[in-house]
Amino acid sequence: MISESFIWAILLLPLASFVVIALVIRPFLDRASALSGRVLIGCLTVALALSLWTLAATAGGAVPDFQPHPWLDVGQATVALGLLVDPITAIMLVVVTGVSLMVQIYSQGYMRGDPSYSRYFAYMSLFTGAMIGLVLSSNIVQLYVFWELVGVASYLLIGFWHHRPAAAAAAKKAFIITRIGDVGFLLAILYLFSQADRFAAAGLDPFHIPDIWQAAQPLATGGAVLGGAALTWVLLGIFAGAAGKSGQFPLHAWLPDAMEGPTPVSALIHAATMVAAGVFLVARFYPLFLASPNAMTVVALIGAFTAFMAATMGLVMNDIKRVLAYSTISQLGYMMAALGVGAYGPAIFHLFTHAFFKALLFLGAGSVNHAAGTFNMRYMGGLRRFMPWTYALTLIGGLSLVGIFPLSGFWSKDEILAAAWQGGGSVEMWVSRLTLGLLLAGVLLTAFYTWRLLHLTFHGEFRGGGEREQSDLAASAPPAAAEVPQHHGAAPAGNHPSGVHLAESPWVMVLPMAALGVAAVAAGFVANPQWVQRLVIFPAHWLTDFLDAGLEHGLGAAAEAVHPIVPKFSLEVALASTAAALVGIGVAMLLYRSRASEAIRDPLERMGPVHRLLSQRYYVDALYEGILVRRVFYRAVAGALDWVDRFLVDGLVNLVGCSVRGVGRGAALFQNGQVQWYGVMIAIGSLLILAGYLVLG
Amino acid sequence: MTLHDLYLLSPYVATAGMGILVVLLDLVTPRKSLLAAVAVLGVLVAGALTLVQLLDMGGILGGPGLPNLVSDGGVLAGSLSVDRFALFFNFLILAALGLVVLASTDYLRRMPGHQGEYLGLLLFSATGMMMLSAATELITIYIALELTTLPLAALAAFLLTGRSTEAGMKYLIIGAISSAVMLYGMALVFGFTGSTSLEGIAASFRVPAQQDVPFGSYAMLAGVALMLAGFGFKIAAAPFQMWVPDVYEGAPVPVVAFLSVASKAAGFAVLLRVFYTGFLDYDVDWGALLAILAAASMTVGNLAALGQSNIRRLLGYSTIAHAGYILVGVAAVAGVAYSPGAGPAFTTFGPSSVLFYLAAYLAANLTAFIAIIAISNRIESDRISDYAGLVRRSPFLAITLALALVALIGVPPTSIFIAKLYVFTAAVKSGLAWLALAGVINSVISAYYYIRIVRVMFLDAPPSAERIPVPVPSRVALAVVAIATVAIGVAPGLLLTAAEGAVKALAGVAR
Repeated sequence: MISESFIWAILLLPLASFVVIALVIRPFLDRASALSGRVLIGCLTVALALSLWTLAATAGGAVPDFQPHPWLDVGQATVALGLLVDPITAIMLVVVTGVSLMVQIYSQGYMRGDPSYSRYFAYMSLFTGAMIGLVLSSNIVQLYVFWELVGVASYLLIGFWHHRPAAAAAAKKAFIITRIGDVGFLLAILYLFSQADRFAAAGLDPFHIPDIWQAAQPLATGGAVLGGAALTWVLLGIFAGAAGKSGQFPLHAWLPDAMEGPTPVSALIHAATMVAAGVFLVARFYPLFLASPNAMTVVALIGAFTAFMAATMGLVMNDIKRVLAYSTISQLGYMMAALGVGAYGPAIFHLFTHAFFKALLFLGAGSVNHAAGTFNMRYMGGLRRFMPWTYALTLIGGLSLVGIFPLSGFWSKDEILAAAWQGGGSVEMWVSRLTLGLLLAGVLLTAFYTWRLLHLTFHGEFRGGGEREQSDLAASAPPAAAEVPQHHGAAPAGNHPSGVHLAESPWVMVLPMAALGVAAVAAGFVANPQWVQRLVIFPAHWLTDFLDAGLEHGLGAAAEAVHPIVPKFSLEVALASTAAALVGIGVAMLLYRSRASEAIRDPLERMGPVHRLLSQRYYVDALYEGILVRRVFYRAVAGALDWVDRFLVDGLVNLVGCSVRGVGRGAALFQNGQVQWYGVMIAIGSLLILAGYLVLG
Repeated sequence: MTLHDLYLLSPYVATAGMGILVVLLDLVTPRKSLLAAVAVLGVLVAGALTLVQLLDMGGILGGPGLPNLVSDGGVLAGSLSVDRFALFFNFLILAALGLVVLASTDYLRRMPGHQGEYLGLLLFSATGMMMLSAATELITIYIALELTTLPLAALAAFLLTGRSTEAGMKYLIIGAISSAVMLYGMALVFGFTGSTSLEGIAASFRVPAQQDVPFGSYAMLAGVALMLAGFGFKIAAAPFQMWVPDVYEGAPVPVVAFLSVASKAAGFAVLLRVFYTGFLDYDVDWGALLAILAAASMTVGNLAALGQSNIRRLLGYSTIAHAGYILVGVAAVAGVAYSPGAGPAFTTFGPSSVLFYLAAYLAANLTAFIAIIAISNRIESDRISDYAGLVRRSPFLAITLALALVALIGVPPTSIFIAKLYVFTAAVKSGLAWLALAGVINSVISAYYYIRIVRVMFLDAPPSAERIPVPVPSRVALAVVAIATVAIGVAPGLLLTAAEGAVKALAGVAR
C-alpha cells in the first residue's frame, strides 16, 4: 500500500529541485554551481525509488483510486487536482525518472564548464517535473497545464544556447509547431467544458479523466454522453495535440531541428519526456479511442505512414543526431500505429524499450561528439578503436533499434507487428494489413540506416573529425560565412567545440550509458512471449497483460464490449521482421564495405533525384517555412493585420488616449494644494451625497 | 470588566502596551536597533493572541453556529465585538504593521533620536485601527477613529522637512474636518434613533412608530450622509480624496505604505459594519449611492494618475482608484440587502469580496511601496524618470516592483485579478452590471500608467551604474509580500473561506 503523499513526492521532488536551483543556487551560490546537478540527481534518485515502489504497489493491486482535491470553481464546473495512478502511469513514472536520472548523471560530464550550468539543471528539473505531472494528472485541465509546461521547458532547453541563431530558431520552431497541435487539444477540452451539463446529468465530471472514459461508454438508456461525430472530433483534437508533441506527420518538422539543444536534452526529449507525451496522451484517452473506429483508423494510418516516411529520410542524413531524430519519429510512428490497430499494451511496451535504447543512442552520439568534435558522420569513422565502450554500447542500442533477437527492441516491435498481422481491433482489416506492410518496410529501412550510422561512425579509418570539417568549410565557403562554423548541440566552448580528442569519454558519461545498455538488452524480457512461463520474477507476457488489465479496470463495466488486442507470438511475423532487418543490414554492409576510408561521397547520392528529395526532407520544411510562413503568413496575413493595426486600431487608441489625457489633466487641476479648497470639497461632497439620497431615496 | 473581557481585549492591549514599551525603552537604551525588534515582537504577540482567539472560535471555518466570543452584552458593555470579522482585520493590520516596520529599519536612520516615537506611534495607530474594526457603537467608533488618525498625522510630519510638515498639517486639518462632519452625522443618527449602539439603531428601524418623528426621516438622511463623508476620508474615496496625493508625496514612505493599506482596510471595516449592521433596514437605497461614489473614485483616480510624473503621487491616485474598486463590492452588498428577492446564496458575496480585495491589495500595494522605500533610500528621488534602467541597478527591486504594478492592474495570476473578479461578479449578481463595466474600463485605463513605469524600469538606460543595495529586513518583507501577491492569485481558496467566515459575523449577513 502506498500512500498518496509519496506519489505526490515523485512530482514535487523535481519541482522542488527546480525551485532550489533557480531561486537559491543560481542567484546566491553560483560559485557552487556543481551543486545544482547533484541536487537534481539526488531528487531524481529518490523519485526513481518511489516510482519503483509505486510500480510494485500498482502491480500488486495496492493502489486505490485517489480522491481529487477541488481547486477552482468555474461556473458550474469544478476543476480538481488529483492523481490517477494506473499501470501505464506507473510504468511511465519509472521510465521518466529512470532515463532522466541517467541523463542527468551523464550531463555532469557533458556540460562541465558551461557558464550556465545551473540554468541547465534548473530547466532539466522543470522538464522532468512537468512530464511527471503530465503522467500523474487525473484531471484534463491539470494534464493540459503540465502538457504546456513540458512545451515551455522543451523550448527553454532546445534554445539553451540562445546566442546561436540556429538554436533560437529551432526552439521557436518546436514551440510553434507543437502549439498548432495543441490548439486541437485545447478545442477538445473546451468542447468537454461546453458539455458540462450533460456530464453532470449523468453524474460525471467533464474534466475528471476516468469520468471522461465512462462518458464514451453506452448508457443503460441507450446512447452515450459523448458519442458519434462529436466523439470523433474530440478524439481528433486530442490526436492533433499528440501528433504535435510526438512529431507525427505532418507536424514532424520540429523534431530533427530540436537537437540544437545540448545532446543530453535530445536524449531526454527523444526518449522519455517530450515525444513520449504524445503517445501517452493517446493511451490515456484510449477507452475513448476504442469507441471510435474512425479516429482509430486515422491514428493507425498516420502512425504507419510516419514510421515509413521518417525512416526514408533517415537514410540519407549525414548528421548522426539527425539520423537518430528521424529514427525517433519513425519509432513513434510504430507506437501510434500500434495504438491505432488496437494494440494498447504493445505500444506502451515499445515506448518503454525505446526509451532505453534511444536514450542510449543519443548519449552515444554525444560521447562520439566529445571525441570527434563534430556530429557529421562523413568526418568520423574508425572510432571503434579509440572508444571501445561507446562502440559496444552504441552497437547494442543500434541493434535493439533494428530489432535483432534477443535485444529489447525485437520483443516490443514484434508485438506490434504481430498485433497488426492478427487484426481484430476496431479498425477494418485492410487498415491493419496496410499498417503491417508499411511497418515491415520500415524495419528494412531502419536496419539500413542504423548500420550505415554504425559503419560511418565507428568502422573504417578516421576521417579527420571536426578540424577537417572546419577547414573544408573554410575552403568551400566565402570567408565571411566561414567565420562562425559552430556546431549544434556540441559541448560548450570550454570543451574544444571542434577539437579532435580521440579517447574514451570520462566515466561519468560511460556509466549511465552502460546502465542504459543493460536496460536496452534486458527490458524486452518484462513482456516475454506467452510460451515463456516465468522469467525470474516476471510471469509470462507480464508488462503487456499488466497494461491491458489497467485499461480494463479503467473501462469498468464496459470492458466486455471493447477490449484491446493481445497479440500472440507468431513465428511467421518474427521471421519476416528478422529477415527484413537482416536484408537491410546486408544491403548497408555491401554498399559501404568497399568504400575506402577517404571517401566522403555517399553511395546513396547515386540515386540522384530520389536522394535530393529525401535529403530535402520531401520539401516539407521548405513548404512550411518558404511558402506558408514567408508568403502566406508574413505577407498576406501579417500584412493585412499590420494595416488594420496601424490605421484603425492605433488611430482609435490615439484618439481615446488624447481625450483621456485631456480629462486627466483637468482632474488634476482641482488638486491645487490649498487645504481650504480641500475642506470646501468635503462640504460639497457631503451635500452631493445628501442630494443623492434625496433624489434616490 | 471581567477577566474574560481582558482576554478579548488582549491583542489591543498587546499593541498599545508594546507601543508604550518602545517609547520608554528609547529613553534608556543606546541600541536603537532593539526598538524595531520590540515593535516586531509586539506584532507577533498580538498576532498570536488573535490566533488563539480564532482557534477558540473553532478555526477559520468554525463550527455550525459560528460562535463569537462575545458574552452577553459584549465587551466593555457591548461597545466592541470580538468576532471573526474583527479578527480578520486584526490579521490584516498586524501583517501590514509588521511588514512596514521591517521595511523601515533602514529608513529609520533619517530620523535620529525619534525612532522610539516613530515606532510607538505606528503601534498606537494600529491599535486604533484594530479597535475600529471591532467597534459596534458610535462613540467607540469615533474614539477608535481618532486613535487611528492622530498618530498618523504626527507620523506624516515626521521628517520635519517642508513637504513632510505640509503633509502632516493637511492630514490633520482634513482629518479634523472629516471627524467633525462625521460626529455631526452621528449626533443626528443618535437623535433620530435614540441609540448609539449599532444593534439599537438597527432595532429602531424595525419599530414602525419611529418613522413618524417630525423631520425625522430627513434628519436621519443627513446623518447617514455625513457619516459616509467621514468614512470617505478614511478610505480615500472621491470626493473626499483631495488630501491623498499631497500626503502621499510628502509623508515618509513607510508611513504612506501603512496609510495606504492598513488605514484603508480599517476604514472599510467600519463602513461595512456600520452599514451592514446598523443601516440595513433603513429605507433608503444607499447601495445605488455607494455605486456612484465607487464609479467616481475609480474614474477620478485613474484619470488623474495618467499625467503624474512622481511615483508617490501616482500611487496616491492609484489608491483612490482602488478605493473605488473596493466600493463596488460594498455597493453590491447594498444591492442585495435592498432587494430581498435576490436570494440568500449571494448575500455573503459582496462583503466577502471586499475583504478579499483588501487582503489582495495589501499584498500588492505593500510590494510596490516596500520596493519604493528601498529605492528612494538610495536615489533620493520619486520621479518616475529617475527609475530608468532600474533592472540593471537592482534586478530584484525592479522585478518585484514590476510584479506589484502588474498586479495592481489586475493581471492573472496575481492577487488583484481574483479580487477584481470577485468584486465585479458581486456587482453583476446584485444588478449593478454597469458598475462592473465601468470597473473593467477603468482597469484598462490604469494599465497605461502602471505599465509606463515598468517600461521605464526595464527599457530605458540607467543614469548611473551604481547598484541599489537592499537591506536584509526589507528583502525579507519584500519577498513575503511578493510571494503572497502571487500565492493569493494562484490559490485564493483559503483567503476566500476566511473572508466568507468573517462576514458571517455581521448581523445583516447572518440573517
